[in-house]
Amino acid sequence: MQAEAIDISFKTELLSLYQQMYLIREFEERSGEMYTRGHIRGFLHLYSGQEAIAVGAISTLEDRDYVVTHYRDHGHALARGMDPKHAMAELFGKATGSSKGKGGSMHLFQASRNFYGGHAIVAGHLPLAAGLALAARYKNTGGVALVFLGDGSVNEGEFHETMNLAAVWNLPLVFLLENNLYGMGTAVGRAHARGGDFDMAGAPYGIACAVVDGMDVLAVREVARAAIEKTRAGNGPAYIEAKTFRFRGHSLADPVNYRSHEEEMEWRKKDPISLLGDRLLQQDLTTELELLEIRETQDDVVREAIRFAEESPEPTEDELFTDIYA
Amino acid sequence: MPEINIRDALQMGHHEALENDPDVLIMGEDIGAYGGAYSVTAGLLDEFGPERVRDTPISEAAFVGAGIGAAVGGLKPIVEYMNLNFALLAFDQMINIGASLRYMSGGQVSVPIVYRAPTGGGIQLAATHSRSYENWLAAIPGMKVVAPSTPADALGLLRSSLLDPDPVLMVEHVLMYQQKGFVPDEHFIVPIGLADIKRPGSDLTIVSYHHAMVTAMEVADKLAARDVSAEVIDLRTLRPLDMPTVITSVKKTNRVLLLEENLKTGGIMGEIAAQIQENAFDFLDGPVVRVGAEDVPHPYNRGLEQSMIPSADKAIAAVSAAYGI
Amino acid sequence: MAVTEVVMPSMGADMTEGSIARWIKAEGDEISRGDILAEVETDKAVVEMEAYGNGVLRKVIIGEGVTVPVGRVIAIIADADEEIPSMDAPASEAPAAVAAPSTPAGVAPDPVAATDAASGGRVKASPVAKKLAAENGIDLALVAGTGPGGRIVKSDVDAAIAGGGTPAPEATPAAAVATPVVQAVQATPAPALLTEDIPLTGMRKAIARTVVRSKLDQPDFWVTVSVEMTEALAARKQINDAMADSGVRISVNDMILKAVALSIEKHPKWNMSYTEEKLVAHPNINVGVAIALDEGLMVPAILGCQGKSLKDIAIASKDLGVRAKSGGLTQEEMTGGTFSVSNLGMFGIDEFSAIIFPPQPGILAVGASMPTPVVRDGELAIGNIMKMTLSVDHRVNDGAEGAAFINEIKRFLENPLSMVL
Repeated sequence: MQAEAIDISFKTELLSLYQQMYLIREFEERSGEMYTRGHIRGFLHLYSGQEAIAVGAISTLEDRDYVVTHYRDHGHALARGMDPKHAMAELFGKATGSSKGKGGSMHLFQASRNFYGGHAIVAGHLPLAAGLALAARYKNTGGVALVFLGDGSVNEGEFHETMNLAAVWNLPLVFLLENNLYGMGTAVGRAHARGGDFDMAGAPYGIACAVVDGMDVLAVREVARAAIEKTRAGNGPAYIEAKTFRFRGHSLADPVNYRSHEEEMEWRKKDPISLLGDRLLQQDLTTELELLEIRETQDDVVREAIRFAEESPEPTEDELFTDIYA
Repeated sequence: MPEINIRDALQMGHHEALENDPDVLIMGEDIGAYGGAYSVTAGLLDEFGPERVRDTPISEAAFVGAGIGAAVGGLKPIVEYMNLNFALLAFDQMINIGASLRYMSGGQVSVPIVYRAPTGGGIQLAATHSRSYENWLAAIPGMKVVAPSTPADALGLLRSSLLDPDPVLMVEHVLMYQQKGFVPDEHFIVPIGLADIKRPGSDLTIVSYHHAMVTAMEVADKLAARDVSAEVIDLRTLRPLDMPTVITSVKKTNRVLLLEENLKTGGIMGEIAAQIQENAFDFLDGPVVRVGAEDVPHPYNRGLEQSMIPSADKAIAAVSAAYGI
Repeated sequence: MAVTEVVMPSMGADMTEGSIARWIKAEGDEISRGDILAEVETDKAVVEMEAYGNGVLRKVIIGEGVTVPVGRVIAIIADADEEIPSMDAPASEAPAAVAAPSTPAGVAPDPVAATDAASGGRVKASPVAKKLAAENGIDLALVAGTGPGGRIVKSDVDAAIAGGGTPAPEATPAAAVATPVVQAVQATPAPALLTEDIPLTGMRKAIARTVVRSKLDQPDFWVTVSVEMTEALAARKQINDAMADSGVRISVNDMILKAVALSIEKHPKWNMSYTEEKLVAHPNINVGVAIALDEGLMVPAILGCQGKSLKDIAIASKDLGVRAKSGGLTQEEMTGGTFSVSNLGMFGIDEFSAIIFPPQPGILAVGASMPTPVVRDGELAIGNIMKMTLSVDHRVNDGAEGAAFINEIKRFLENPLSMVL
């Protein structure tokens, strides 16, 4: 599917996309720093480079819609409106974190925004999204579910089972595959029978498929909007493959010795944030100064989030035993 | 109400749940048009329609996970496994998602789902269809597990499970659907986490559940003939365990037989034995006696299978060896 | 531009230390945020380390190949002309700093178990049988076991308690001969033990908190003296006779309180509390009096003892006792004590030591005044000896000061006129 002509009249909206992507980038880069300084432990998977996908797709959703994602989840949480302070505090494991410090980086949740995680077993979250879509349809809320998955998911049984179930039950569910070309350190072509061609992965189940440039937030937004409208109208699930690249290793522990520096440099030329910024400048929709102001404001937001996380208390010992049962 | 069997009680429970709460839906393999592998859901599709009584693909991970998602989305799903052995295909869903969401989200997410599954051996289905894995799931924080052995307990526990805001697994022993019993006419529930003294006694405590309860009652009858009075406790819930009832009884009788059909190694009774020695050590008049299935895969051959599953005679021999009674 | 301290980065949840495999940037190089500074070698991989600040790599503190713990400053990035802290590499990193969890140095054998095994001749009895035997004074060595393997079981002990001896098991007649039959045991009824737990009252909890705090925070020692109370007792009688119409009666304890108050006036450090910064002087001498109530112990204080005569103290002391029982004490009386006295003399206790009521500097524990042979003017006589033990917060006063203070109190009591004059 091709991105339709961009309606450039929505300047504010476009700047908002820029601002969200930049917020995520800064959040991720500073998180990485906080990790090396020992404030964040466990695993930390950064979303740098993939911002256009979360921001573009989630910007088309309504409040009643559900979002479910994988463990590289900071970007989706922020795009869905999670306060960066609560996200950073969760990464720090603090009592003020979105999950009171019990979930960590891979398990961000914000039920009030219909954001249901943050899941760390590859493809394990897909059935959950199908169930949320079922609930939306059963209750006639008009809502849909949008589920993000990584390229590694395609080789899991839960991917195929959920595609099948969603098709059989005609669920309002959009699968958005973020193909960043490497499942941890394994190039997708080495792990997939069709050499990492995921463009038609929904086809065996009769699910409409689309491919989009995952570095282009406007393209992602248009394709996602079309898919969501289709599924919201009762025409069954949809599937999108967004081609992208993570600028960072799989996690902070990753030496990144399985892909070349040149490959990374090529992709960095397509940085989704500068891509959008340059387009807005070319079209005279903004100025360098305005973009700089946006970036500096977001730098402050992240700085404040870090300060908040640092100053927040550790969870008290009794929290160990709460939230297991109602 | 006349005597009914466990299948009747469960059918009643499902029917009233669908009738009383529009958010209740049932899903599982062949529960609709076929009526359920053990006929628990027979007739419900015709009355309530395919939106609420949903046949699923043979796809445990997907429909169990979808049940969890539906519960998170505000519905009250009952998900039936055709057999608990098939739940192995969806342990990721039940454990990593269903039982963990509340904790991982810091209390933001509730998963009010009811899983039901036939379990147990004794009908020559061999290793892949006969094992009881409820003890594995009873080891998971965030799960609740119930195992009724009477029609009243089946109905009362199903009602409690449907009221519960957390995931509950109800296991139903394949040999017990025809187990008869009286069910009160007036509305009642059986609280989750409450054991039941099915027979009072003073000389020996027998702790059991599910189909092993049949064996436990047989043991108690045979011991009564020897003037040994056994108290028989039906656990009914495997998580959370009602240890106060067990400990109180053991302190009274000073002797205990733990009887289950699970494989002895890793069975739930190992945990109960440990808790008894932690909490009633000074009240024991001998070692805790534990009788379970032999540690082998279930065989197909009837004679072999019966040798594997604990019998009353085997249990009595173990009690005599330990206590000289 | 701030100085950026480059630290040995954490590159994974399990990483506790690492080394620099290669410095890619050298001292003096211009650095931008995101530049690769060095390659870090962990136990799993070699990972690039990037810069989080802009400026110049001013100093490399940790050279290549040296293993240091995560978080150690390994280099400094700052502007070219900026003042930077001087930090040098340690000659060698102490292995302890790497903070690997220490391994327990072997498990020592349980001394109790060892003794048990060594003693041999273990009686095999069930746990409940042992418990019953202990509760009823039954010697299990004299009980024949009828359980499997000759284990003494509950019914064997029941039989022994009933006094009937233990019938030998029919199956093992030989054992009956070999095993001495238990002698008829006096079936003394067991005392009525409290079998139900007692929930904690607020007062019990408060006492527990206070004494624990005292023992945790206040390193204490004790000094004890004997006081010859003959003179004091005589003086007390005289005073009480003289005041018979007033309705006021002086107790020995009142005299002790007065002696304490006077001694504090002479030794003001006994009216001070220890804090991390200073010894806090209290403006009034508020002597606390330990009062035993049914619910537990209270130590309310007589406020402003420095201005009170013996008679005033007697009146105040009596009033305090009455109001303690009725619950009519003020907050200041409850918490404002500056030194306390605990007297168990009325219970016939010879001597004891008391736990200091924080944050007071000490407490005087007073025993009973007992007729005791004493040498008086070179001759044996009967004196009235009362022992007093002073518990001292060593953070405030030392041994010599404790000795001086308690001897001051003793001197007042042995020269009672000095208290009334």
